[in-house]
Amino acid sequence: MNILKFFTAGSVDDGKSTLIGRLLYDTDSILADQLEALQQSNRKNDDGTIDLAILTDGLRAEREQGITIDVAYKYFQTDKRKFIIADTPGHIQYTRNMVTGASTAKLAIILIDARNGVVEQTIRHSYLVSLLGIEHVVVCLNKMDMVDYSETMFNAITEKYRALAAELNLKDVNFIPVSALKGDNVVNESENMPWYHGRSLLHFLETVDVETGAESELSRMPVQWVVRPQTDELHDYRGYAGRILSGEFNVNDKVTVLPSGSSSVIERIEIFDQRPETVFAGQSVTLHLKDNIDISRGDVLVNSDHLPQNSKLIEADVCWMDARPLDESITYLLQHNSKITKCKIREIVYKVDINTLEKLNAQDFKLNDIGRVVLKTADELGFDLYTENKANGAAILIDSRTNLTVAALMFRAIAD
Amino acid sequence: MSKYNLDYLDELEAEAIHILREVAGQFEKPALLFSGGKDSITLVRLAEKAFRPGKFPFPLVHIDTGHNFQETIDYRDKMVERLGEKLIVGSVQESIDLGKVVEQTGKSASRNALQTVTLLDTIALHGFDACIGGARRDEEKARAKERIFSVRDEFGQWDPKRQRPELWNIYNGKIHKGENVRVFPISNWTELDVWNYIRREKIDLPSIYFAHDRDVITRNGQLMAASPFLNMDDEDVVERKRVRFRTVGDMSCTAAVESNADQIDIIIEEISASKISERGARMDDKVSEAAMEDRKKGGYF
Ligand SMILES: Nc1nc2c(ncn2[C@@H]2O[C@H](COP(=O)(O)OP(=O)(O)OP(=O)(O)O)[C@@H](O)[C@H]2O)c(=O)[nH]1
Ligand SMILES: [Mg+2]
Repeated sequence: MNILKFFTAGSVDDGKSTLIGRLLYDTDSILADQLEALQQSNRKNDDGTIDLAILTDGLRAEREQGITIDVAYKYFQTDKRKFIIADTPGHIQYTRNMVTGASTAKLAIILIDARNGVVEQTIRHSYLVSLLGIEHVVVCLNKMDMVDYSETMFNAITEKYRALAAELNLKDVNFIPVSALKGDNVVNESENMPWYHGRSLLHFLETVDVETGAESELSRMPVQWVVRPQTDELHDYRGYAGRILSGEFNVNDKVTVLPSGSSSVIERIEIFDQRPETVFAGQSVTLHLKDNIDISRGDVLVNSDHLPQNSKLIEADVCWMDARPLDESITYLLQHNSKITKCKIREIVYKVDINTLEKLNAQDFKLNDIGRVVLKTADELGFDLYTENKANGAAILIDSRTNLTVAALMFRAIAD
Repeated sequence: MSKYNLDYLDELEAEAIHILREVAGQFEKPALLFSGGKDSITLVRLAEKAFRPGKFPFPLVHIDTGHNFQETIDYRDKMVERLGEKLIVGSVQESIDLGKVVEQTGKSASRNALQTVTLLDTIALHGFDACIGGARRDEEKARAKERIFSVRDEFGQWDPKRQRPELWNIYNGKIHKGENVRVFPISNWTELDVWNYIRREKIDLPSIYFAHDRDVITRNGQLMAASPFLNMDDEDVVERKRVRFRTVGDMSCTAAVESNADQIDIIIEEISASKISERGARMDDKVSEAAMEDRKKGGYF
């Protein structure tokens, strides 16, 4: 059985948390004592039924205000698959928490309130889904119960969204009319919308194909830790431990170490007490090389016939996540997997106006701004372009004054 | 089906190992908090997978309430000997003797709340900058919100409104002096995942996880092990029952379930069919809707 990680997105009150609650409730994933706690809660729907959103709105402040502030992770499984859900906030103020939930997911559920259609937050979140390169998108037209389950309404909004999706280059976009409150097309197919012939949301989630990145030709493993027991009997033992980001490694493969550029051949692969011949993306392994070369944490091992980019000047898409605006005069830390290096922002190339999707010249870059910059790092980074290999094409920016993570970076090109 | 399929347990394991190695690489003085429960036992196995044949880059730290099940302590000592790793014990009794905390009184007295002080003192004494713990997001709704690298201030406090973004699998462990990070490698595991992993890896557990005969009393509908640590009175009727523990903590706040499951296969069957969550067996969580959130804000794990 495999795992599908997905997240919810969309504007405030479009029904994300209710939808997740409904998904859990109708798959019988809520245990009796948790259900009892829900029934005792004083936050109820107008008709007195339990408010399913409080299943994920776990913080006191969230329950008091009736909104989601930070991501909640929820888990359930059917006989087809295991699911990890990130229920993210819709409010613009908490966009960074939405990006947190989205960054590890393979599928996005974008909710739209059928009464309001596509609004600014729908566009912002869709833009982020596109930047993050999320493989699959399910647009749920929610609150269909409030528009008389109208097919006309559904068609009008899907048409509008299709245009947006095309502009944003979104992949694999699907539409499902639902009512999170009443349960239509969430787990069970709806009787209120005979005009809809597609799958229910759960059925879709159970059957969508997910890739692992192992098929990639770009084999990458950042070294996290060098295992050196330094005991008498294991005197010469030197293993490079890390999690494979993409592709595969085999015994006898020729590998190159970046940034140094030296190369060697894989002598042995270990996963604890096993000695596999082949390992692939997603696995945490220990590699042994034939030659004794200088390798330390932060270096990346790659297959020698598909080298990554190796540069200090990079053009990257940025989501700014800190209350302090971007400052071109200070030195940040850039963390790319296990590698940390100093970094400056050389230039703001543009900032995106979310309403018009126009690329604007900009002097400043503030909380929740999205756009493109040129950055310069102190050390060379062995990276891939995000479009070619997400796992090795992203980084975070840390403000060393506060130690906060202030931006998400997606590498788009080598700059000159 | 592709030859690259990773089973879910392999994926969860690989993620946890990655997190443990990040801790080793990023921090000066990490520690692994070992409670003797199945989740921290699972963490120890994951640490073996992450660092063997090398040594662990951290000691094991046990915050000892003094109200333990003897089986847990025996298990701990045997395990530490087998591993050849260092164990540090922080004692709640000592905190009480030093007057840093005051023992609760009354019928529902427990040392659970007192551990936070001992934990924070132990962290300060040894200068730990990262503490690895076995908390899971499926346990409780406030935990469901916490990052894998969860930054705590000098007072150990969690501020749920100011969590750092945590993007992709890149963990920012940068902190100021005095702060520390709580790290949760099995955040994404469910209770059942842990049990299935224990079965798959043939991990040995303390005997109290399996059905055994024990003297118990019933309090607030929960079965509690009769012990000198419970303030018992005439109203408490001691009965002998066949029970097992689903989660193991302090004797005064961990409830047993009636069960005949004396093998892991049967336990897994029982848990799969159960309609009550694991935390339903913890008295400490029953207090209020935001009990866990409040304790975390106060420095609790
Ligand atoms: N009629 C109707 N109401 C709904 C439906 N789904 C959600 N709601 C209501 O819409 C309100 C907001 O729902 P939430 O699930 O909290 O919205 P959200 O998208 O999670 O909001 P944030 O997380 O704060 O962005 C609640 O009062 C829900 O009961 C639906 O399908 N039909
Ligand atoms: Mg919500």
